[in-house]
Order: sequence, then structure tokens, then C-alpha cells
Amino acid sequence: MEFGTLYLGLAVVFGLFMAWGIGANDVANAMGTSVGSGAIRFRQAIIIAAVFEMAGAILAGGEVTRTIRKDIVDVSSLSGTPELLVYGMLSSLLAAAIWLLLATRRGWPVSTTHSIIGAMVGFSIAGIGVDAVNWGKVGTITLSWIVSPVFAGTIAYALFSSVQWLVIDTPDPVAKARKYVPGYIFLVGFVISMVTLVKGLKHVGLELSVMQSVVIAIGIGVGIAVVGAWLIHRLTPGTGDDPDVHHVSMEQIFAILMVFTAIGMAFAHGSNDVANAIGPVAAVIGIVQSGGDIAVHSATPIWVLLLGGVGIVIGLATFGHRVMATIGRGITELTPSRGFAAELGAASTLVLASGTGLPISATQTLVGAVLGVGFARGIGALRLDVVRTIFLSWAVTLPAGAVLSITFFFLFQLVLG
Amino acid sequence: MAFKSAITRLFAPSPVRPLQQHMERVQLCVQELEPFFQAVAAGNMARATEIQKEIAVRENAADDLKHKLRGRLPRGLLMPMSREQVLEVLTMQDKIANMARDIAGVVVGREMKLPEPLAKPLARFVRRCVETSAQARGVVDQLDELVSAGFRGGAVQRVEKMIDELHQIERETDKLERRLRRSLFAIEADYSPVDVVFWYRIIDWIGEIADLGERVGNRLQLMLAR
Repeated sequence: MEFGTLYLGLAVVFGLFMAWGIGANDVANAMGTSVGSGAIRFRQAIIIAAVFEMAGAILAGGEVTRTIRKDIVDVSSLSGTPELLVYGMLSSLLAAAIWLLLATRRGWPVSTTHSIIGAMVGFSIAGIGVDAVNWGKVGTITLSWIVSPVFAGTIAYALFSSVQWLVIDTPDPVAKARKYVPGYIFLVGFVISMVTLVKGLKHVGLELSVMQSVVIAIGIGVGIAVVGAWLIHRLTPGTGDDPDVHHVSMEQIFAILMVFTAIGMAFAHGSNDVANAIGPVAAVIGIVQSGGDIAVHSATPIWVLLLGGVGIVIGLATFGHRVMATIGRGITELTPSRGFAAELGAASTLVLASGTGLPISATQTLVGAVLGVGFARGIGALRLDVVRTIFLSWAVTLPAGAVLSITFFFLFQLVLG
Repeated sequence: MAFKSAITRLFAPSPVRPLQQHMERVQLCVQELEPFFQAVAAGNMARATEIQKEIAVRENAADDLKHKLRGRLPRGLLMPMSREQVLEVLTMQDKIANMARDIAGVVVGREMKLPEPLAKPLARFVRRCVETSAQARGVVDQLDELVSAGFRGGAVQRVEKMIDELHQIERETDKLERRLRRSLFAIEADYSPVDVVFWYRIIDWIGEIADLGERVGNRLQLMLAR
């Protein structure tokens, strides 16, 4: 294929750019709740993100990568002109990354997922034709954008209500927290690994029965619960009758839980959102390496996943800390007993969507989860009108991504074609 | 480059702390009624005028906070209590400070002299009414605890107990008020009718402070019940 190396080079650079944007915006939001509540420090957040975003992408990100790569644009009409698909993927990456950079600077609640989907739909319509878009799939994805925050909010509501019931509304909340927090840690490990085992591991070549999956997931859950119980055991809570001291001690125990939900969140985010950067890269690689065959079914190379992971870590390390710093100042009310419920609600939703191959917005899912805690009377004051700004951000992001990607698409055609 | 986060936008400043600060200022205003009536009982109008001015200043300070808090409560906030409940509590608290200002204003403005037989029962009555308002302040002070406990558990029981005490103190002020009225009735023929009418009114207003304090407690009880 002519310019094959150039295409690969551009794909890697743009993919890295996009991953950087995801790290600076999305991951900062996802991990920021843990950093903001004081459960983990920024350096720890970067390490957790580096390890578990990558793990999530590799172990559970296959379905979403496939969706981004193959299911949005119907490529059957492009068998004669594979370079058009290459231009499209490249321009989508560039468009989404630039839009993300702009949004991160302004603090708009835009989603990396919406940017890339908008961009891909845009170039398909303009470059190939309206019929080239797999509208059925796009419709399902759009529906999942509405369902996912509601779903995450419901889980978060249930989780915080259970904390009220089991821990707070008892004569000795500190003792109850020591007793039940390992249970919640188990839940983090169990839910994330269960969904991953059942839904995500097929592409790694591991076929497990449901029974096997349950056993392994319980094993992982118990394993990290034991680690958590040990960490809690090491704590020496303040004593006395002062209700404030009790409150602080209880939150300290929940802060340990939040370390685990931060890990779960990084994993879940990696499984869903890394695909936004590497899906198009994988598509370009597939076309170039097969010499222009767009229908080829090659597995996503591991080094591409690593590329996504590295980009995210760079984004987090270079710009994510500024976003996290604002989160730390802005959400002092999201104490660990609330933050964990929000994070676990969002992480479960994300990893479930990843297993189903649905690219959803991590930030908006987290917003839904935080509102869920608010509805359980957990937070001082939340702005319900952010729901409106989120819909507004769709209305801007989808066409903006589309217009940018159409522009780049024609530019590539002009320069390279 | 400015970096903001979508998640931070979700969080609005909680109205709880400003509400507590407002009540704090209201109480600062109300508690001056005790030294005020001591001065009036002693016939020291200069001192009474001084305190009355101080009460007016403190009432203004409370008003400033009230306006600030109202501005911070737009529609569309998701809070553990309804916006209306917060505004109602704020209005009640505001009325307490207004009452204190009006009482001191009328007494100084009309240069009212306290009939000697009323001095003792009035002092007791005023102290108890100020205490009612103080108790209401104590309840409002628990609001942040209630929010961080998610309106569950020990904090709720503690506040319910405090509200019970508030009711008791208020009932006591009712009793004191009746007694004070009887004392005034017994001697009213010896004083100018206009002065007597105004003393009835002042007693009424002081009692109103205890009443409003109790109503602050009632509003907070409604928050617990939701």
C-alpha cells in the first residue's frame, strides 16, 4: 500500500494525542474523586492509572475497540478505496483529540466517547455517504448514553443507602465500618472481575464457563478484601465520645475502600475509553498490514494497547493534575463514604458497558452516580442543571467532532490523495 | 491555561454553614436584650440606647448574610433538605432578629420606664426567651452533623432530644408570660394607659422570640422527617 508507513506513523501520533487528551480530561475526572476526597495522592493516582487503565484496556477493552473499529462505519462500499477509510480514521482521531483539548481548557463536560463517535459518523456521512453509517448501532450507542448515568446513579443510590443502613444509622459506626468495608471491597473485586471474566476475556482466547468465572471472581474479591481488612486493621481510629471524632474515624476506613474503587474505576475506564484512542489506530494498522484489505479480522496488537496506556499516563501526568487540583478544591463534600458509592456505581456501569461493547462516557456516568448519592441525601448541594449542560455538551460535541473530522478528511484527501 | 473539571461543576456550595452563621448572628443580636432590659430596669436610658444601637447594627449584619444566602440558593439544587425548608428556616431566624430590634427600638424610642414590680419577672422572662432562641441556635448548629451523617443515626436522636428541650423551654416562657401579664394587670391602674398598652405589647413581642425559636426547631424537625 502506498504511503503505508506514513499512515502508520500518523495513526500512532494522532492516537497518542487522543490518548493524551483522554488522560488529561477523562481520567483526571475519574480518578479525581479519589484524589479529591484525600483517599489517594496524585502520584498514587498516576501509578494506579498507569497499571489499571492498561490492564482494563487489555483484559476487557476488546469489545469496545471492535465497536469503534468496525461497527460504526459500514466499510463494505470501500473495498476499492481503502485509503478513504484510513483518512477517515486519522481525521476522526485528530478531530476528537483537538476538540478534547479545547474542552479540557474550558472545563466543558464533554465526553471523549462522544467526540470520537461524532467524528466518525461525520466523516462517514461526508466522505462516503449517509448509508455508510451503521445507524442501528449508533442508535444503540446513543441510547446507552442516556441509560448509563441513570444506571450508575441507581447503583450509587443503593450503595450509599446501604451504608446509611449498615454503618451510619448504628450506635457504633466505626465498628460497623470496620466490619462492612471489607465486604464492599469484596464487591469491587467481584463485580469488576466477574464482568471482565464473563464478557471481556473472549478475545484474549480464554473461554471460561460461568461457574468457573464465578469461582475466580469470588477468589479475587476475597483476596483484595483480605488485603483491605489488613489495611483497616492497621488504622488506629480516634476514640472518645465526640461524634466528630467518630465521623473522622469512619471516613478514614472508607478512604481505604476508595483506594480500591479508584483501582476499579481505572480498570473500568481503561476497558471502555482507551478504545476511543486505539480503535481507529487498530483499524489503520489492520488496513495497512493487510495491504488494503479492509475486511480483515486481525486482533489488536498489544503494542497499540500499550500506546494508548502510555498516552493516557502522559496526559494525566502533564495536565491531569490541574484538573485533579480543581476537583480536590471543589468537592470537599464528597467524603469517602459518598465517593466510594459514586465511583463503584460508575465503575460497575462502565465495565458492564465494555463487556457489551458499548462506548459510553465515563465522566457523564460518574456525574449520574454522584447525583444518585445526592438523591440519597448524601451531599450538601448539587446542581441539577448540570444535567442540562450535559445534554448541551452532546448537542455541541457531536456536530463539532463531525465538522472537524470532515474538514480533516478532505484535507487528507487533498494532500495525500 | 485554566483547567476546570466537569465533576466540580456538579457541586454547589452547601447552604448549611451560611444558615448556621446567620443564626449565630441572630443570637448575638437577641442576647443583647438581657443587658438591655437590665439597663431599662435601672432607669439608665443612656446605656439602654447604646445597647439598642448595637442591636440594630447586629441585626443589619444578620440581614447581610440573609441576602447572601438567598442569592446562593437558585432553583435546581439537589440538597438533603428542600430549598423551601431552608428558606423558611432562614425567614424564621430573620424574624427573631427583627423582633429584638423592634423591641429595643420601641422601648428606647418611647423612653419607656419599667414599673418597679415588673423588674424581676421581666428579667426572668427575657432570659428564658433568649435561651429558647439559643436552644434553636444549638439545633441549627447540628445541621452540618446531620448532613454528614446522611440524616441517620445518633445525630438524629441527639437533635430530636434538643428539639424536645426546645419545646419545654418554650412552654415555660408561656407560663412566665402569663404571670408577667398578671403582674402588669395588678398595677396597670397606677400607670399611664398608653404606657401600659405598650408594655403589654413589648411582653407580647418578647414572647414572640421564644415562639419563633420554637418554630425554627419545628422546621428542622420536618427536615429530619423527610
